[in-house]
Amino acid sequence: MKKLDYTVLTRRANQIKEELRQELRKPYKQVIDLYWGDPHAAGVKPLSFVRQVLAACLYPDLVNSNTLPVDVRQRAQRLLGECAGGSVGSYTATAGIPEIVHRISEFITKRDGGAPSDPENIYISPGSQWALRNILKVLVNSQASPRTGVLTPGPCYPLTNFTIKGLGGVTVPYYLSEEQGWELHVGELHRALDSAKGLCNPVALYVINPGNPAGYVQSRKTMQEVIRFASEKRLFLLADEVYQECVHGEKSEFLSYKRVLSEMGPPLSDTVELASFHSASKGFMGECGLRGGYVELVNLDPDVMKCIYKLFSTDTCAPVLSQIALDLMTDPPQPGDPSYPLYSEETQHIKTMMVHNVKRVFEVLNSLPGFSCKPVEGGGFAFPRLHLPPKAIQKAKEMEMEPDLFYCMTLLEEAGVLVKPGMENGPKEGTHHIRFCIITPDDTMEEMLSRLSSFHTQFMKDFS
Amino acid sequence: MSSLQEGDLDLRGTRAPSRLQAARGTEESAQGAEKPFQEVMDVSTGDPHRAGMKPVSFVRQVLAACVYPKLLDEKSLPLDARQRANTLLGVCSGRSVGSYCATAYGIPYVCKSVTEFIMRRDGGVSSNPEDIVISSGSTKTLLIVLHLMASGEGETRTGVLTPMPCPHTLPTLLNMAGLTLVPYQLLEDQGWAVELDELHRALRTTRGHCSPRAIYISNPGNPTGHVQDRKSIEEVIRFAATEGLVLLADEVYQDSVYGQGTESLSYKRVLFEMGKEYSKKVELVSFHSLSSACMGECGLRGAYMEAVNLDPVVMKYLRDAQAPSSPPVLPQLALEVMVNPPTPEDPSYKTYSQEILHSMTTLSQNAQRACEFLNDLSGIKCQPARGGVFLFPRLHLPPQMVEEAKMLGVEADVLYCQRLLEEEGVRLGAGCENGQVDPNFHIRLCVLAPSDTLDEILARLHSFHLRLLESFP
Repeated sequence: MKKLDYTVLTRRANQIKEELRQELRKPYKQVIDLYWGDPHAAGVKPLSFVRQVLAACLYPDLVNSNTLPVDVRQRAQRLLGECAGGSVGSYTATAGIPEIVHRISEFITKRDGGAPSDPENIYISPGSQWALRNILKVLVNSQASPRTGVLTPGPCYPLTNFTIKGLGGVTVPYYLSEEQGWELHVGELHRALDSAKGLCNPVALYVINPGNPAGYVQSRKTMQEVIRFASEKRLFLLADEVYQECVHGEKSEFLSYKRVLSEMGPPLSDTVELASFHSASKGFMGECGLRGGYVELVNLDPDVMKCIYKLFSTDTCAPVLSQIALDLMTDPPQPGDPSYPLYSEETQHIKTMMVHNVKRVFEVLNSLPGFSCKPVEGGGFAFPRLHLPPKAIQKAKEMEMEPDLFYCMTLLEEAGVLVKPGMENGPKEGTHHIRFCIITPDDTMEEMLSRLSSFHTQFMKDFS
Repeated sequence: MSSLQEGDLDLRGTRAPSRLQAARGTEESAQGAEKPFQEVMDVSTGDPHRAGMKPVSFVRQVLAACVYPKLLDEKSLPLDARQRANTLLGVCSGRSVGSYCATAYGIPYVCKSVTEFIMRRDGGVSSNPEDIVISSGSTKTLLIVLHLMASGEGETRTGVLTPMPCPHTLPTLLNMAGLTLVPYQLLEDQGWAVELDELHRALRTTRGHCSPRAIYISNPGNPTGHVQDRKSIEEVIRFAATEGLVLLADEVYQDSVYGQGTESLSYKRVLFEMGKEYSKKVELVSFHSLSSACMGECGLRGAYMEAVNLDPVVMKYLRDAQAPSSPPVLPQLALEVMVNPPTPEDPSYKTYSQEILHSMTTLSQNAQRACEFLNDLSGIKCQPARGGVFLFPRLHLPPQMVEEAKMLGVEADVLYCQRLLEEEGVRLGAGCENGQVDPNFHIRLCVLAPSDTLDEILARLHSFHLRLLESFP
């Protein structure tokens, strides 16, 4: 098992948190942890409606009491009626409770301006990565020679690369253009594919939109080019869209790959093989710990669908509460519902918070020499670039660390701020970045930026 | 479509087609196709809630308050439930069940509670939180270990001695993990006992065929209901020790031993009571989960394994196996409550113990009643069960039916179950799913259900079975 360097950082962070708990002296009172894409750990509150429904589903006595709003109780009642034996403790159908799967497909259709969605093509899984892994298992032939290749972006979400390699596949990076706001150029896709010749057999193209860690939202034009490329080169398109609720840029709009594909019409809309992934972990719900995700499969061969069914069925089913969380995400309170005002207020608050945070990040970091930050149009993270002085890079080498890891370790020790070194995300060679979560209360963001600014200014001075 | 044909489509292990139909098929039956029954009664899996059993109140109260912390002030919830919820929220990042679990192997506090439970259960035999790995469901937990063992091709391919019959999900898992299933027959006529000679025979078949590394055993038996006595457990342990096999002990039903005079013993306890010669040597991994009889929380998906005497490097691998992902938080909290239930001084104890007693009584009475009932039916012979939630009766099917099944390309027990489902709306499990390849046919039914539900199921089965026998003169 490859040892991932970042655990050095998180282990040290846990140690420091423990030291602080024991009130050992440090130049700061607590660690600001923005390492993971974990809104609740970062201080964001869960949505009341979601938690109320889950509680009532767990403890149905609440359905009959007046403790909870009436629409919460009605929703819980409906959901319990859809669970075998009226309990969230029963197994469900492999792909998920049929009524929930159905409602997810309705959500997709509505989101995509009417492009039809078939419930038979949807699988709920414990977290989107589990579904992605199953699809990859079908695509990646561990026995093949040459090895199966999957084109993945640089920078990327590391777990996907890790999964591909773990299954015996090869990752083929295509680099996003940071100077142009992380734009995806089709020319770069061609280059990447060419680079794979003789090294592996590429079968799939993995895209993340909105981006992780880089905060872009793709334009329709880019997406059409990607689709045409996938079609031309007979690549299976894997669209990781878990951050679709996180769009901050005023001019940005999230379009799903399914929608764009569908609106391109036949023959593309009937032939390009697509798997799109969504999750309850990100966006307004931020319920990472519940592990709820789904995949929608488009244009797959019926025999392959059978295989996929078998794969999913080996783990019986996704946890019922995760399925319910997805249902609540895709079918939230509507105007007129008693819970709507509070729901709307809470989601609006999170949205405003994210927009505010990315604006502040952009302002503050771009004002610091040694940092450059593209506008964060979408997603859950900022991924600013570090321009480190040669002396710092030298020091990192001496300590046998990647420069951005060295920066992060020092930032943690001296300022009590935990962020992720960008190297894990596989950006272009020779560039250094940090990644941190922007789904966090504004005051946490402000405090973090303040500490980071002070630290950074000192750091640049020390290594000048 | 061709890009997908590149993939690893070696997914054999096609178990009963009825499983394939099951999931998507519920929609059809829900859409009111003309059927002679109101609704399908499904007792093919160990899913007590599906059958109508109620969850343990304390568990659900704690979980509800964890999920919606405003309930910590809700007076209608017992104080001890609210206090427990408060404690458990304290071990979640950001005091939310929605945050990622901080480690890949489970919340340390929960691992510790698990070890305390194990020590109480095993009369003080020590247990270390570092030996515990939590995952979302026993399938995942088992797969982590199986993947670790898998290696080799052909003669060197790892083999796992597997009881016949075994849990119906196991053969597919072994296949998926790239392991060879080495069957050892349990003795049906002796209540599905484990026989040492049979273990040796099974082991001999591996020569030149595969490389045996582990022996899997479920105790109480799934689906057999057999509960091993100390002597039997010791025999298996000695066998594993002599042959250098890792013991994989599925003990999910450890809380459901109901047979008169039958003692519930864990593999760990017996191992340690056999003295240092064994307790320091034998590699044992035991599995437990929320799908136990008394909890029945299959849909919550939570399980743990305890590993004993494994190499530290291997243990580290197991603990990191789910990294950088992590198991879901809520099921872990449920596990904590399962292993650390109310004690006699707690306000909730009375209700809790009554509910457990009710489950156990129902289970025990159902198992006995159903076994007698089945034995009264011509052509069905059922071994009495002493634990677990299943009965696994044998069917003597008319030869014409066996022929018909052959022509239709299915096993005869699958055909039996399909017909039963179509005609009476009762879903049982076909014995072939449990791996039996001998000429006998079996069916599998979960008897942990409300008594009147079970009676209804038995009545429908009775009616169907008699009709079937009459139709084959």
